[in-house]
Amino acid sequence: MKTDGAEVLTRTLTEDEAAILDAWNTSLREGSSLQSGRIREAELKTQAKAVFGQLQDALGAGGLDADGTGFVPLRESLADISRSRAIQGFTPTDTANFVFSLKEPIFEALKRASGTDATSLAAGIWAAGKVLDRLGLQTMEVFLASREEVIGRQGQEIAELSTPVVRLWDGILALPLIGTLDSARTGVVMENLLQAIVDEEAEIAIIDITGVPTVDTLVAQHLLKTVAAARLMGADCIVSGIRPQIAQTMVHLGVELNVVSKATLADAFAVALRRTGRKVVRQQASTEGRG
Amino acid sequence: MTVTKTETLPVRSGDDVVRVRQRVRALAIEIGLGLVDQTKIVTAASELARNTLDYGGGGDVRIEIVQAGMRKGLRLTFEDHGPGIADIEQAMTDRFTTGRGMGLGLGGAKRLSNEFHIESTPGSGTRVTIARWK
Repeated sequence: MKTDGAEVLTRTLTEDEAAILDAWNTSLREGSSLQSGRIREAELKTQAKAVFGQLQDALGAGGLDADGTGFVPLRESLADISRSRAIQGFTPTDTANFVFSLKEPIFEALKRASGTDATSLAAGIWAAGKVLDRLGLQTMEVFLASREEVIGRQGQEIAELSTPVVRLWDGILALPLIGTLDSARTGVVMENLLQAIVDEEAEIAIIDITGVPTVDTLVAQHLLKTVAAARLMGADCIVSGIRPQIAQTMVHLGVELNVVSKATLADAFAVALRRTGRKVVRQQASTEGRG
Repeated sequence: MTVTKTETLPVRSGDDVVRVRQRVRALAIEIGLGLVDQTKIVTAASELARNTLDYGGGGDVRIEIVQAGMRKGLRLTFEDHGPGIADIEQAMTDRFTTGRGMGLGLGGAKRLSNEFHIESTPGSGTRVTIARWK
């Protein structure tokens, strides 16, 4: 007679529920996730109980196919758990161990239940291994996807943060560039700058590249395109923040920036003020008036 | 001349180009290159890595710290198995490009390096070696 692993497993899980849960809780308590203080014991216990209950339901309803419809509620709660762990900063091991640490208690229970019946023990272990491995992998997949979501969001935030257009004075804008200037970033930069030129009715835009570590031909090309686009909108550009080593490198590269450039943002601002008919004067530090 | 350290990095995406730059800068600092020389070799590496990616369809770069007597240097070898370059002399000419760049990368990389060597076989790939000495 062929022994049905799913049946052995389901029976054992029902009959030996208390012992399995107890052993699982012990093993979870000893795991590092509790020691790191990121989760309370009671919370862990509740999660374990809920997951165990859903595992019983799923096995009862859908057999061993962990991708099947019977497992949907279980998969969803596991996904919730691993998602929250990814955000709380758990290690992948801690997260995966939540599922994998259920193996030992179940195997022990199967051993107790099967006694000397090796066929049913083997079938039960195979069934439990199959289901738990699949669930563990799914937990990892969700964990990684959540992490990637976090990374992607941070990437977007960095892209937004690092391309602000700053109004220095009436009609004078500054665009401090920081980091690597790739094609995607240049697109964002150009769009922001051109929109700001319209909004502020700017005559002069200062592009500051102090924070750009490497200026190669691609960066130069992007800069020149941005300058050309700004010029079409009626604004003149000044490139500032060209450090000595960058200047030497650009000469060797053979890149010519046909645009006014200055070593520092302060110099560029002074030029911009002069061009717009303004000047900065020192307030007379006088004693007159204090009498 | 002896090689005291070798690293190989892939050049398969735009992010790899950034990684190559960062690694070259770290190693240039390690051998004590000055700020200008660091910037030159990093910029040359950036040009060649992007060529490997855009025109060679991706490849690898070998970064080596080399020593000849008391002098230390950084040697970079970019290798791809792309279509190769039919006319190297033309490719080295400033402002010549088959793509959409400025056409200054190869010539610029040569001017930024102390040693420059290029070999290419149409149909089987390109290898560019540059070195910058302290």
